[in-house]
Amino acid sequence: MSLQDIYESVLTFKADNLVELIRKEIAKGTAVSDILQEGLIRAMDEVGRRFAEGEFFVPEMLRSAKTMKAGLEVLKPLLIKTNTKAAGNIVIGTVKGDLHDIGKNLVIIMLEGAGFKVVDLGIDVDNETFVRAAEENKADVVCLSALLSTTIQAMKGVIDAIRKEGLNCKMVVGGAPVTPDFAQEIGADGYSEDAARAVDIVRTLVERQ
Amino acid sequence: MLIVGELINASRSSVAEAIKSQNAGMIENLAKDQYEAGAGFIDVNAGIFAGKEADYLQWLVENVQAAVDAPCCIDSPDPRAVEKALSVHKGTAMINSISLEKERFNTYLPLIAGTGLKVVALCMSDKGMPKTSDDRLIIADELINALVRNNVPLNNIYVDPLVQPIATEGNYGAEFLNAVEKIMTGFKGVHTICGLSNISYGLPKRRLLNRIFAVMAVAKGLDSLIINPLDKELMANLIAAGTLGGRDEFCENYLDAFRSQKLEF
Repeated sequence: MSLQDIYESVLTFKADNLVELIRKEIAKGTAVSDILQEGLIRAMDEVGRRFAEGEFFVPEMLRSAKTMKAGLEVLKPLLIKTNTKAAGNIVIGTVKGDLHDIGKNLVIIMLEGAGFKVVDLGIDVDNETFVRAAEENKADVVCLSALLSTTIQAMKGVIDAIRKEGLNCKMVVGGAPVTPDFAQEIGADGYSEDAARAVDIVRTLVERQ
Repeated sequence: MLIVGELINASRSSVAEAIKSQNAGMIENLAKDQYEAGAGFIDVNAGIFAGKEADYLQWLVENVQAAVDAPCCIDSPDPRAVEKALSVHKGTAMINSISLEKERFNTYLPLIAGTGLKVVALCMSDKGMPKTSDDRLIIADELINALVRNNVPLNNIYVDPLVQPIATEGNYGAEFLNAVEKIMTGFKGVHTICGLSNISYGLPKRRLLNRIFAVMAVAKGLDSLIINPLDKELMANLIAAGTLGGRDEFCENYLDAFRSQKLEF
């Protein structure tokens, strides 16, 4: 049951222990993809569930993600060697005029925890940069964040710019003033009210593509 | 201690509903309740209504001031909405907020320069959010100096050092508190102000954290807060903190509060 131990280490934030267990598992010849899926990603899914149910709180979400990352570092060279593909390519950023990034960073952590490759464009990102990054990174999903009622208006501009370019990527929006109605109004494909649910939404959109 | 009552904010769904249906009675009651609980300014915010924000903000000011003889804290990132609200405002309003973000600074300055208006000066610049107390001090220094150069007296400036969630970084609370102390000792005559809810984001029992954080900030010199004045426990804690912090000669406020049952909750 060592994959179960890996899973438990993430949920109890034991990074050193996790690294040790992963090394052992690799030496034993366990498939890297199993360690990733059954150990790490399954643990982060559980973190997401606990967070959504109010059993885990933000510091614990961050702590488990940090632990998971330590484990992922060990796996990385092998993932490259075995050509293991990411769950999908995500481009994310806070829209033009907005400098808030706490929510966005939580979403990034959870998406990486779920095995997605995430390109973070940072804050105050203009339409052009979103379009270019989506194209260059063959984004499956582009995620837009904003915290101000004034700056969420910029989201429509990004969505329009991406569509105008004819890019085949789904658009997800989030941030405190964003509502499901607003998301629909501006033509987004998805909306999430927190980082844990963002993973579910992105997953569904990627699977549907 | 200056209390800005935060309840008339359109991000609260009951207020959004009242604004949409132009329910003046509800706004008047909210203004009255907060004023009677000790709010010196009544915050008004209609930020969720893109396109209609200016009209709604003006409507809020009219209805608040029809109910109470108190100034408003006009809370909007849109200078045109602020201007429209100011056109009907009686007395000396507070503007929430200017910051060191270039566009924000340049569009808000003409509204404030050379007037008697009070202004919240948010410690934020185009470089993003400050992390340490020194980051905050650098922004505060630039902001205060730029405002004073443009004829805004020190006494009308309320520096908000920017509260960030401790759930994401364990020392965010301490950095904020140290910034309050540095600003209050470095710029005699300036005020410091903050809201509370950011500090406890992502954690359970948020009211507990908010309340204790407020008390700790008052101990460092914070003299103004944007809060819910109907929270009797919080208000009683703030009165006690002011007294304990040496800002209540002969314990007058504390004893007044005791006699008017403000310390019971």
